[in-house]
Amino acid sequence: MTASVGRRDPDRRGYFGEFGGRYVPETLVEPVEELERAYFAARDDRSFHAELDRLLTHYVGRPTPVYEATRLSRASGGARIFLKREDLTHTGSHKINNALGQALLAVRMGKRRIVAETGAGQHGVATATACARLGLECHVYMGADDMARQALNVVRMRLLGAEVLRVDSGSRTLKDAINEAMRDWVTNVGETYYLLGSVLGPHPYPLMVREFQSVIGREARQQIVDLAGRLPDAIVACVGGGSNAMGIFDAFIGDRAVRLIGVEAGGEAITRGRHAARFAGGSAGVLQGTRTFVLQDDDGNIDLTHSISAGLDYAAVGPEHAWLRSMGRAEYAYVTDAGALAAFQSLSRLEGILPALESAHAVAYAESLARELGPGGVILVNLSGRGDKDVHTMEKTLAAAQSGVEEGGAS
Amino acid sequence: MSGRIADTFARLRRDREPGLVTYVTAGDPDLGRCADILAALDRAGADVLEVGVPFSDPLADGPVIQRATERALAAGGSLRATLTLVERMRPVVKAPIVIFSYANPVLRMGVTAFATRAAGAGVDGVLVLDLPVEESSELHQVLASSGLDTIFLLSPTTTDARIRRAAELGSGFLYGISRLGVTGARDRVATGAEEMVRRIRRHTALPIALGFGISRPEHVGEVSAYADAAVVGSALVALVAEASASPNLIDRVEAYVRELKGACVAPGTERP
Repeated sequence: MTASVGRRDPDRRGYFGEFGGRYVPETLVEPVEELERAYFAARDDRSFHAELDRLLTHYVGRPTPVYEATRLSRASGGARIFLKREDLTHTGSHKINNALGQALLAVRMGKRRIVAETGAGQHGVATATACARLGLECHVYMGADDMARQALNVVRMRLLGAEVLRVDSGSRTLKDAINEAMRDWVTNVGETYYLLGSVLGPHPYPLMVREFQSVIGREARQQIVDLAGRLPDAIVACVGGGSNAMGIFDAFIGDRAVRLIGVEAGGEAITRGRHAARFAGGSAGVLQGTRTFVLQDDDGNIDLTHSISAGLDYAAVGPEHAWLRSMGRAEYAYVTDAGALAAFQSLSRLEGILPALESAHAVAYAESLARELGPGGVILVNLSGRGDKDVHTMEKTLAAAQSGVEEGGAS
Repeated sequence: MSGRIADTFARLRRDREPGLVTYVTAGDPDLGRCADILAALDRAGADVLEVGVPFSDPLADGPVIQRATERALAAGGSLRATLTLVERMRPVVKAPIVIFSYANPVLRMGVTAFATRAAGAGVDGVLVLDLPVEESSELHQVLASSGLDTIFLLSPTTTDARIRRAAELGSGFLYGISRLGVTGARDRVATGAEEMVRRIRRHTALPIALGFGISRPEHVGEVSAYADAAVVGSALVALVAEASASPNLIDRVEAYVRELKGACVAPGTERP
């Protein structure tokens, strides 16, 4: 078991244990194999990494800092809480790490037309940004409901020169945007690169996206040791598809004493259709190219999901998460919409940081874990994105619940 | 494997008659009328009936079959309901029946339970859209031991090596995808379709049915010149959608399929 956790590439067929694989329509089998060959060649090519590293340093602003949230820690009454500040990257979330890596790969493969899906719009913005920077044509599929609740990011993508394509099918959110992006890919496969935004989809995407995001954990591991003098007791990250979580978990997987905690969206309640906590209500299944934990009914149809955060509002989870959970190496919890809203407010008021609603789920969990661990504990939260895109949702939600707003924070 | 598919293609070959494969979504517009539609397809001379299992996320399908899927799910369609439908129609329908599904409904039921129930219902073959040969070994073994054919899709992007693997594992027939893209009617048969069929033939003696974008009698006639059968799906599903409010739904489906079947003319034969 230890040996297989230490070796973190999936097997040759793209499986992490019993999860992963390549469940794609026939037309996409060869393109996915071509992508795998191109990715493995790039992974072994120093010049590819040198180019990506230059962009990450001078364009994205890496390394991002780790910051100790002392007022949040005090208010939580317990452990020290550190934040890995992915919200400070160019474009405002961790998504840019993967978008630039894959866009460089597309250039290397001679593909000039990029398609992508987006939920919260952060991956769409990152992809549009990478395409602008590298001179690529960019088409982003986005669910109609997500376009409404993340309108700011729709404008950003268009300003960056991307075409945003509205998806009205199904739940009109991330899952349906992925369906539509895959339909585009299967139709325009020769000239098109599908730039998938999370550790989802057929092999090699879960591996490749994790590898492009693993810069987060490599930096953070050194930074937390420098700041806290030791490894943290726990890493906490929100999990939609799970790319920011895999990105920060990866460097700590061999550190058995470090708890790895993924936080899913509990939505309104763990009732069918009202949440997106795959490990709380899901089971093994195949969706969009990979075998993993999925929210589904008895007939194998995919459940509708709900979360106040568009980026976590998805019915499946990255296959490596399902594997890490099955091995007992990572744990998964959920935080409800209300919990995330409260954490958004406390981080804003106590630390002067507006988190993305996705990341607010991780912050909420860290607050309760800080109480549990008590003083002396050390928690590292991946603050995966900033909350500018969510101010409209916050304004509406707070107006609706005006009377219930608490006054200030503990000081 | 199941005799019915092999026997059908043997008969077609003997008679030098190109075949017609039809696709409808199970439960569209509802389960009762879908049963009547299957009977009408059989009467009209369809040689193989593909019955699609409605699935919430049909990512290989274009808008016409996506809408059919939504109607069927709203009408209570599911894999279980599809197998019940087949079981009910098996005594009525002469043509072999192929279940056309996405992977998740089949895996959710469990491949062994699925194979047992499908065989019991009188299903002849199974095609799973997002289960390429590399992922299909378990399903293939279980289906084979239940006497069911596993039918594989082959695409213009499929390499020769993978054509050989599909031909080794598959039985009944091979389904050639005539063009890149999702399902849906088109104005013309893809250029390159004939070359693709010839490329597949170099590796196998299995019959080849060609689909994706074939919607008109003249397309069927064109494809008949080089493939063993033409598959018509979205165009038929669009007719079901358009005529579903009409009392003539069944008659119109039957007339359309008779016309398609009439266009299946062997190479070198004068058209009627």
